Amino acid sequence: MASTTTNASVGTAEGLRIGNGSTDQRALDFSARLRRARLGLIVALVAVVMIFVSYSSAYVVRQGLPTLDPRTGTLVHDWLPLPLPSFLFLNTLVLLLSSLSMELARRQSSREAAAGWMTSGSGTSEERTDGMPWLGLTSILGLSFLAGQWLVWRELAARGFYVATVPSSSFFYLLTGVHGVHLLGGILALLAASAAALLRRPAASRAVLVDVTAWYWHFMTFLWVYILCLLEFAR
Amino acid sequence: MATREFAAHDAHVHAAPTSWIRKYVFSLDHKVIGIQYFFLALTAVFVGMFLSLLMRIHLIWPAAALPLLGEIKPETYLTLLTMHGTIMVFFVLTTAPQGGFGNYFLPIQIGAPDMAFPVLNMLSFWVTALAFVVMLSAFFVVGGAPLHGWTGYPPLSALPAAGPGEALGADLWVISIALFCLGALMSALNFITTTLDMRAKGMTLMRMPLTCWAWFITAILGLLAFGVLLSAGILLLLDRNAGTSFFVPLVTINGQLTGHRGGSPLLWQHLFWFFGHPEVYIAILPAMGLCSQLLSVFSRKPIFGYKAMVYAMLSIGFLGFMVWGHHMFMSGMSPYTAFAFSVMTMAIGVPSAIKTFNWLGTIWKGRIRFTSPMLFALGFVSLFISGGISGPFLAQPVLDIQLHDTYFVVGHFHLIMGVASIFGIFAATYYWFPKMFGRMMNEGMARWHFFITLIGTYAIFMPMHYLGMAAHLRRYSQLTELKYLHGLVPLQEFMTYAAFVTIAGQFLFLFNLFWSMKFGEKATDNPWEATTLEWTTATPPPHDNFGGHIPVVYNGPYEYSVPGAPRDFIMQTDPAILKAH
Amino acid sequence: MGLVLLVVIWLITFISAYFFLAKTWWLPVGASAAAAGIDHHFSTTYILMGIVFVAAQLALGFFAWKYRDRGATARQALYSHGHNGLEITWTVLTLVLFVGLNFMSSSIWASERFRPAVSDAVEVEVTGMQFAWYFRYPGPDGKFGATKPELEDPSSGGEGAIGLDTSDPASKDDVVTGTMYVPVNREIDVILRAEDVIHSFFVPAMRFKQDAVPGLAIHMHFTPIATGDYEIACSQLCGLGHYKMHGILRVVSQEEFDKWIAAREAEKQ
Repeated sequence: MASTTTNASVGTAEGLRIGNGSTDQRALDFSARLRRARLGLIVALVAVVMIFVSYSSAYVVRQGLPTLDPRTGTLVHDWLPLPLPSFLFLNTLVLLLSSLSMELARRQSSREAAAGWMTSGSGTSEERTDGMPWLGLTSILGLSFLAGQWLVWRELAARGFYVATVPSSSFFYLLTGVHGVHLLGGILALLAASAAALLRRPAASRAVLVDVTAWYWHFMTFLWVYILCLLEFAR
Repeated sequence: MATREFAAHDAHVHAAPTSWIRKYVFSLDHKVIGIQYFFLALTAVFVGMFLSLLMRIHLIWPAAALPLLGEIKPETYLTLLTMHGTIMVFFVLTTAPQGGFGNYFLPIQIGAPDMAFPVLNMLSFWVTALAFVVMLSAFFVVGGAPLHGWTGYPPLSALPAAGPGEALGADLWVISIALFCLGALMSALNFITTTLDMRAKGMTLMRMPLTCWAWFITAILGLLAFGVLLSAGILLLLDRNAGTSFFVPLVTINGQLTGHRGGSPLLWQHLFWFFGHPEVYIAILPAMGLCSQLLSVFSRKPIFGYKAMVYAMLSIGFLGFMVWGHHMFMSGMSPYTAFAFSVMTMAIGVPSAIKTFNWLGTIWKGRIRFTSPMLFALGFVSLFISGGISGPFLAQPVLDIQLHDTYFVVGHFHLIMGVASIFGIFAATYYWFPKMFGRMMNEGMARWHFFITLIGTYAIFMPMHYLGMAAHLRRYSQLTELKYLHGLVPLQEFMTYAAFVTIAGQFLFLFNLFWSMKFGEKATDNPWEATTLEWTTATPPPHDNFGGHIPVVYNGPYEYSVPGAPRDFIMQTDPAILKAH
Repeated sequence: MGLVLLVVIWLITFISAYFFLAKTWWLPVGASAAAAGIDHHFSTTYILMGIVFVAAQLALGFFAWKYRDRGATARQALYSHGHNGLEITWTVLTLVLFVGLNFMSSSIWASERFRPAVSDAVEVEVTGMQFAWYFRYPGPDGKFGATKPELEDPSSGGEGAIGLDTSDPASKDDVVTGTMYVPVNREIDVILRAEDVIHSFFVPAMRFKQDAVPGLAIHMHFTPIATGDYEIACSQLCGLGHYKMHGILRVVSQEEFDKWIAAREAEKQ
């Protein structure tokens, strides 16, 4: 463990300094950077998990907790279940599709990176921007999902459920909103990856970016399915 | 976040930046960021200390008119107490040991050229600095800063009508804490990735200095805890501004219905203390790691029970997440739950005791050099014992009936979380100043500073235990109303006088710090004859830490007084010891 | 320097310990059935922890002096990485001490909090608000009348402050006061409520403390064993008047209590 670490970090330093190192050297550089980025992503996801763990426990506690009715001095339950708009399931489908296209983009870009150091000496990716359509498609699907969520909010509001109407509607807006903000972060990362492609940044660094964005994206999809299950089955 | 890091990582080649802004303000260098954190905490600690001085003055001379500030009103006292607690806990005890010294020395001690994600590192500092500005701005808005205490229990903290300062001031307070959480999460991400991925060849986990272990475990605690506080803060903001009822049930303020219904004030307490208890360890673990290190260095002896120390810190970190309920014995939580929390809390005392025994074991049969960092490390052990010994009282719900929310609690956490951690920060400053600034600090001034601070803090905080036993409640701005408090006023007066002396002593430290930067004796590369990697490189370290090569590690961090060795210490990079074993 | 450190640490230890031993400042005199048990457990904890405190501090000071660097001629420091037997010994010892202490006190905690009040206990509803305590007795019907939050008006004091609904028949005989009267040697069933923010009902002499939380009605009990006036304090930060939110608990004989409550009932008619 320790010795590979060293080789890898030496590799990072060398690889950054010398553009035309050997193929082995740059493959090593790529895998070291990929590993570090993925490790960072896992750690970041732990923080995201903690946020949703606290909201889930707050949800369950708030749902089950009786509160004092001061008129009678007795404890009563005030939780009213929120009927979910069926439109949500269409949104879910869109997000699942976006995860699929994200995965295609990820595989494409790591192939390009591998091809990059096999064939070209300069390390840049010339016209090899085939991953672009998938990245673009993923962004569009992601934005459609967010637009869909916005429509769901509008529908709930039309039915008279606002943020503060009942506890279940507060939690609905909270969970969908916080998830939406996280997904927006993913879309920004996708835009950065697309920009990197357009600006002809080295294929390897773009591949690293696309790879971690993809895993982040899959996680957001998973998180959404979890939130939907919580809202649907623990009403 | 990690994903966006890499575009910038390409630019972060190991050549030093040349422009002043990139070098000193928006620097990506972990050493510069560490110093920035250090000065942020230094500013914060003097602000926090000043607030505490005003509180002590108000307690014994409630009607005194102060120059510029005038008379301190009872509600202002609560504002001072809230801001003192918040600033000290977040911007000093969390910021200095981890953000400051951890940032500077973790990469060097494990033999890395920088943190894993330098841009993220810079961002986490600036978000923290912004949080501090937002926190201070609460003083200057209409209604002033909040008065709900650093724990911010709703409904008091959730209803703008509940008191002065609970309007805009309280919003700024919550926003500042949320920003701080973001900064702390980014920082934790960096610390964990760096420790796991960037260790030099031969630097196995069990060869890491205990400081690195402490920073690593602290980062894990921060990662798990700050997300929860962030979530709770968002809920509180929604309750305050969007009319939701997460924490606020049906209540009236001064006869007026608030429109909230059904929320649970206890839910906030659970979320807050789920963060709040690990936060105690976030403050104290780096000091534990550092003092272990210093006791070994200056006793010229290997640390007693290195593995036991590591396992003790790991179990403190683990158990630290299962004891939050001991802050809530009197809150209306189920008494059965309270009993379970109390057993866990007593259990967490065990690894703390193990560490204390190991510290005593380390200096036992050593050859102690009484340098200023060593004095503060010994002071830390004394304070840790004194502050720790009151823990088993408070951990028992039966005794908590009497002691909860009294000065006994205030004395307990100030000694162990406040002063002991601050002693860790002082020790770190005296120890690493030569490496950071290239000069030694003045030893004479440091010794005076040590004895004034040690005796002074004991004189302030030990009497708090007596007050607490006599049922003196905390957060009381005037001692005139309850009759049984009248007899305790002389003790309060004594504490205020002690505070004056202690605070005066801190200016000696401040003077020494800046004076030594300019006029201190030039430091060599290894002035303390210590073994860890930061002492193998130049003073101050070059931009990439080791001047173009990456060190290879052969030894554990505490090889002192090895029989048959030519010197009484063997550097971690020295191959020599391979023959000795 | 080693000697100076020894003197300072030992002096701090001795002075701190002196005031604990001399009981210059101590727990207020207990006046409830639970006080003796709680105080006894406090003393047990305090003796055990006191021994650990003094021993550890003295050892620290002594080691600092004894193992100071005596210059180049002295022997080298001991080269030792620790001792597993010792580690295991002190781990087990502290575990037994700490967890044992906890279990010793569990029966007191159980009698205080696990069981509900006895059926013939005197019921008193305690309501906290910024910044006063009000006490309500159910009257001869044994039932508390309804209260309404929209009727709460702190400035009117008494019944108005807790929002008593006078149209409810059960509230006709409810007595609301600003001083808490209880009979001696009877178990008191306290029902804790708060109108606005969290307060905490603390009677030091009764060894009784419990938060009053809005949205909850918390039942808790204690048994006063000596007549007299005892101060009630608020122990949870509740706003700018927190320091002046206090009251009086008046423990009287059963006859006096009956007389007092009858007089209050007569006033209401």
